[in-house]
Amino acid sequence: MAMQYSENADRMDVRYVAGLARMALSDEETAQLQSQLDDILAFVGELKSLDVEGVEATDGASGNLVAWREDEPKPGLSREAALSNAPLARNQQFVVPKVIE
Amino acid sequence: MSKELIELGVGEAADALANKTVTSEELVKALLDRSDALEPSLNALTWRDAEAALTEARAADAARAAGDTRPLLGVPIAIKDLLNVKGQPCTAGSNILKGYVAPYDATVIERLREAGCVFVSRTNTDEFAMGGSTETSAYGTTHNPWDTDRVPGGSSGGSAAAVAACLAPAALASDTGGSIRQPAAFCGVTGLKPSYGRVSRYGCTAFASSLDQVGPMARTVEDVTQVYQVIAGLDAHDSTTVDQPVGDCLEEVRNAKDLKGLRLGLPKQYFVEGLDPEVEKLTRAAVEQCRELGAEIVEVDLPHTQYGIACYYILAPAEASANLARYDGVRYGFRGEADELQGMYESTRSQGFGAEVKRRVILGTYVLSSGFHDAYYLRAQKVRTLIRRDFEKAFADCDAILGPVTPTAAFRIGEKSANPLQMYLGDIFTVNVNLAGICGLTVPCGFTESGLPTGLHIIGPAFEEARILTIGAAYQHATDWHTRRPKI
Repeated sequence: MAMQYSENADRMDVRYVAGLARMALSDEETAQLQSQLDDILAFVGELKSLDVEGVEATDGASGNLVAWREDEPKPGLSREAALSNAPLARNQQFVVPKVIE
Repeated sequence: MSKELIELGVGEAADALANKTVTSEELVKALLDRSDALEPSLNALTWRDAEAALTEARAADAARAAGDTRPLLGVPIAIKDLLNVKGQPCTAGSNILKGYVAPYDATVIERLREAGCVFVSRTNTDEFAMGGSTETSAYGTTHNPWDTDRVPGGSSGGSAAAVAACLAPAALASDTGGSIRQPAAFCGVTGLKPSYGRVSRYGCTAFASSLDQVGPMARTVEDVTQVYQVIAGLDAHDSTTVDQPVGDCLEEVRNAKDLKGLRLGLPKQYFVEGLDPEVEKLTRAAVEQCRELGAEIVEVDLPHTQYGIACYYILAPAEASANLARYDGVRYGFRGEADELQGMYESTRSQGFGAEVKRRVILGTYVLSSGFHDAYYLRAQKVRTLIRRDFEKAFADCDAILGPVTPTAAFRIGEKSANPLQMYLGDIFTVNVNLAGICGLTVPCGFTESGLPTGLHIIGPAFEEARILTIGAAYQHATDWHTRRPKI
């Protein structure tokens, strides 16, 4: 799917991006979010003025990158407990609207 | 008797219970009565079940009578409504989790339960901990006990207000960009954000996983230390926790008298335009107090301080957009009506999330999207490295850093809610600590002319919680700001 942003990278198509995040916005919400997100993007865009050439990226705050442990089965949530908060469950399974025609 | 009971701290309550001068049932009853009286004006709590709490308290009393001597047996504690306590609701301040009942205990809860704590109430939070005022909670704003027209801060505003107003001797909270330290400052209580990796987040509703950290709030450093030492340490359920001994610094904290031999750094970037003159004056007076206690005060340089908020408001929303993808109406929480799957997702999320959460999920989705990832997300990760290095360099020259927690004291309810960027700018002194993964402590350090509390920020290197707690305790032993209570 082609990206449908406006030419100015600091002005996002709010309704389109909301759709990527599986949210539908009302016209009123879209208008308000558009102006707020324009301001926020302009503000966070100030990082573009910093020279980060050659700086490595920090992708976590801990130096503990990969924690290994033995792959042993351990008790987890019972099926009943796992389903206890489901909006809709039947035959010990989550029920969702039809996906395939 | 009732007034004395509600004012007992964690250590005092533990002692009174051990000496059998009070029962857990009496203590819990007093706190519940206090909550009934004050909640109409505070709204610090999202949930409490008197009968369930009293049953737990009676069980603790019975255990004690049978010879159980666990140190926190029967001590009540309030829990931020973001942490799973088995059998209690956990809403994260969101409509999307209305009706959710936790099927398991978070690791921090399991540890407090093993120590004997009674879970007396759940505290209000900004929705998914996104906010600095509790105004984004789906369950209404919490009011600051020092001035109910003002916010308690956030996101852990409910925990801070509850501790300040003596609804509980201590509370658990969480801090992604300042959510323990800022409300602690606004409400005049003590709050610790532990180092990243120090405390397990298993069972804590995720916001931004490279930044989130759980920590305690209480009315003294001693009480904060006691709760912190129970919840901290390696957990097989959270692979980011580190295998470093937590140690026991409680005696050190209790006996802290001076700051001799310590070098404390004062960053010049923390005393700049935008810092309220009254807050600056009170912070500088607290620094002066530390000097009088024997500390050497040195200037340190944190040159990338000003980029912290921009960096944080790229990385945190990016992580939030991924973490909150789980709210799809299938496994738990609210489900919107629709006759096909895609429509169900949209209807669930559009109705279930509030405005601030939508704003951050959209922002996060954008900065991670193809074509913008490198310009925003990757660049912010590099700036994060620069911020982390600033602290590493500073800590080569000092033992801990002092500064303000917030640029102003508590603001009025509604004052910033229409302007999210304005709200974000208030996080200037707290977010960098999360970005660097280090630890920070708020201790009360005075009051403005209009009677609002302010906090001193004590920042330490990663896994040096014992050091900043001891510094905070020495400061509290020389001052009485932390003993003042709001007249509510």
